[in-house]
Amino acid sequence: MKIGIAGSLESNDALVTIKESTTRRIEIKSIVDAFFHEQIEKTITDVLKEKALQNVTVLIQDRGALDYTIRARLLTAIARMEASDD
Amino acid sequence: MIRSLLFVPGNNPGMIQSADVFGADGVIFDLEDSVHIYEKDNARMLVKSFLRNHPIHPAKIVIRVNSVDSPFFSADLEAVVGDEIDYVLLPKARISDIKMLTEKLETIEKEKKLKKQIAIMPLIESAVSLVETEGIAEFPRVSALMFGAEDFTADMGITRTKQGKELAYPRAKIAVACHAYGVQAIDTPFTDVDDEDGLFRDASEAASLGFAGKAAIHPRQIEIINRVFSPSDDNIIWAKRIFEAKKEADQKGHGVFSLDGKMVDKPVISRAETIREKAIACKKWDDGFEK
Repeated sequence: MKIGIAGSLESNDALVTIKESTTRRIEIKSIVDAFFHEQIEKTITDVLKEKALQNVTVLIQDRGALDYTIRARLLTAIARMEASDD
Repeated sequence: MIRSLLFVPGNNPGMIQSADVFGADGVIFDLEDSVHIYEKDNARMLVKSFLRNHPIHPAKIVIRVNSVDSPFFSADLEAVVGDEIDYVLLPKARISDIKMLTEKLETIEKEKKLKKQIAIMPLIESAVSLVETEGIAEFPRVSALMFGAEDFTADMGITRTKQGKELAYPRAKIAVACHAYGVQAIDTPFTDVDDEDGLFRDASEAASLGFAGKAAIHPRQIEIINRVFSPSDDNIIWAKRIFEAKKEADQKGHGVFSLDGKMVDKPVISRAETIREKAIACKKWDDGFEK
């Protein structure tokens, strides 16, 4: 199974894990989940749409990352997944 | 005019997003030494995402890419070159590297249809780079040179001291080359962030040799650097008095005149004009005074 991980658990950052799947599943663990869950989810779905990725599992462990950081970490995780061995 | 340039690690979102609040004239997003070799792709993507999606940027944006001989050089450029950036800071720069970087930038600017031309800031940080300084400074895209004392002293096999006597020659050579070709000389960072007096002395030494600014590795260094590389109030008052005296001399038809018992001729007026230009750039010149 292909998998990609990017980011960190430092403050203002996010650790993103993405792997191939038979269905789409997005799991968000955030210190600001009560306020920004929908915004984080939208950022993830926007990036997946841009990259034409449907059936993947995405886990984001957010430490207060801004939108540009979440985008960057997910894009790097996707690139690492695509470059990884099965 | 760039007085201060703050180094920011390219893979640290907390530092990237607060980089524009410390009053530096520019920020260097670093993709080279501060980024672990396994995190180059992460940093590249983070800086790119910040530049494209974050609306507030400091005055000047500089990207330190990895060196030409690294496997990351081309990917760095392709990711981060855009209208948002002002300079590419090239480590371990040689004349041949500047040629290659110029060609790469021309290609990327055409492909991305950029509205501006990206300038090059070579980093002079080895003996061979120093020997080639004049040739590097004369490239049309080069608009500033930075001195890198840590790598330079390592390359020379000498110890860098706080007194900095070992830096006198490379600093002087870089400053002269920069002035000869009309580019800015930016000094090496002072690495002891707790020693403010040492930073002041080090920056003052560089300024006395003709450097226009200095890199910073901590936000607390910026205020001192900006102060050292701005004209002092005394200098500004002196320059204004020179212009007042010149006005009087012009009315009387005198080419040479005196102020406070000292002769004032063309080189002195030229020095006053340089102070005025710097003061205007630093927003320290009052328009109400004679120009």
